[in-house]
Amino acid sequence: MTKVTYVAHDGTEKVIDANNGESVMEAAIKNSVPGIDADCGGACACATCHVYVADAFMDKVGTPEDMEQSMLDFAENVQANSRLSCQITVSDELEGLVVTTPESQH
Amino acid sequence: MDLSTAEKLVIIGGGQAAAQACASLRLFGFEGEITLIGEEPALPYQRPPLSKAYMKGEMTEERLYFKPQDWYNTQKIQTVLSTRVGKIDRSAQVVETEDGRSFDYDALIISTGSRPRALPLPGADLGNVFDLRDLSDVEHIRPLMVTGKRLVIVGAGYIGLEAAAVARQLGLEVTVLEMADRVLARVTSPVMSAFFEHEHVAQGVHIRTGAQLASLQGDGQVQAAILSDGTEIAADIVLVGIGILPNVELASEAGIACSNGILVDRDARTNDARVFAAGDCARRPLVHYGRQGRLESVHNAIEQGKLAAAAIMGKPRPNEDCPWFWSDQYDLKLQIAGLSEDYDEIAVRGDPEERKFAAFYLRGGKLIAVDAINSAPEFIVAKKLIITGASVAPETLSDTSISMKEIAATAA
Repeated sequence: MTKVTYVAHDGTEKVIDANNGESVMEAAIKNSVPGIDADCGGACACATCHVYVADAFMDKVGTPEDMEQSMLDFAENVQANSRLSCQITVSDELEGLVVTTPESQH
Repeated sequence: MDLSTAEKLVIIGGGQAAAQACASLRLFGFEGEITLIGEEPALPYQRPPLSKAYMKGEMTEERLYFKPQDWYNTQKIQTVLSTRVGKIDRSAQVVETEDGRSFDYDALIISTGSRPRALPLPGADLGNVFDLRDLSDVEHIRPLMVTGKRLVIVGAGYIGLEAAAVARQLGLEVTVLEMADRVLARVTSPVMSAFFEHEHVAQGVHIRTGAQLASLQGDGQVQAAILSDGTEIAADIVLVGIGILPNVELASEAGIACSNGILVDRDARTNDARVFAAGDCARRPLVHYGRQGRLESVHNAIEQGKLAAAAIMGKPRPNEDCPWFWSDQYDLKLQIAGLSEDYDEIAVRGDPEERKFAAFYLRGGKLIAVDAINSAPEFIVAKKLIITGASVAPETLSDTSISMKEIAATAA
């Protein structure tokens, strides 16, 4: 189990005990964290699980692969710390991870 | 009709549209009882991985579920699984199950999905002949999918080709039989068909287009597929993927208007103000195309689940997106936006040989669809342009020296 904090656009925080091996998106969906739609279920096909990763974790979450990067290039309100949460796998390394969800995924 | 204070809401069907409707209803503040009645023993789950990662064994069953059982408990959603509905009595507002239970409703959502079209040929009922629709289908097929087994796939649609890709990666010998003269004939253009056929052949799949299957033969278990020209193809497993039919019977027998799907308006409402339909079973207005249609897709199931929930709660209608789809085969990601079927012009951007290209479809100068292979920008920009009804010159689309960002910025 790894603690992940999801911060909504309005600042509301929700802390989840995520299972290692699942994605940051899956942990959010299973725990009804608002602000992440994940329409395609994690296939990196829809860009509706966009999150902003807290600076302290940018190195630990690694860098996006080509497909994710090009999806992000065209998502709304992208920042330097934008990631698709379906492409971040929960692990011990990410204990305390904080991600913020954008105002809208569409 | 204001249904926001309905006391009892019943959902028939336990697929993606049903799961979305449950989540959206609670999100929008619905406080009444929700009862979800599903035929399958499993909680609502994702179907796309069944012919992709899950079939390949790369994904656990638990990860297919949209929500765990706990979620349904805490959301006070009663799940009635392994249960078939026999009848909808609209005058009494009651849903009757085949095992004799009754569920009253003030509002009803029909999300009965679709079923695989059956192979109308001798031998279709032999052992080891499968459809691919439900979790239980994969449970039956997967133990047989071992190196060296001979798999014959009937139908070169997306399901058939995705299964072919998985089977090759697992080391099976794979033959795909397709009646039309090209793969994916019903769903895409010749340029995409040629690309996918080439990819599968390069991976060692035997593709037979223009193939007339006459029968399946075997002694209890299937042993061969026989074509009408007498060709015999040895088979240990046959997978049939020749399209799906909407499950409209319950609605139709209850007098709800149907025509290749349960007819609904933009709010997913049927001709009975208390009854909604969502997902594969519904025939809906396609607002970006000025006609009606039935969409067999994740996007549609999610969107109509939301539309129904919003209408029930009297909320503003959620966004109606451009239809979109995807398919994963080998290391190829195909992303599709829009509906290409009546295009009159096509523009190819990039080189299929690089396995990264897109086919844009236009009608009367307007962009109506794109098939994008490993090309997310083309997919995302096209989706936006289709929604705005933009006209783009085909030579602009095929000019890779103009970036998709520039195309998006200048399209009218």
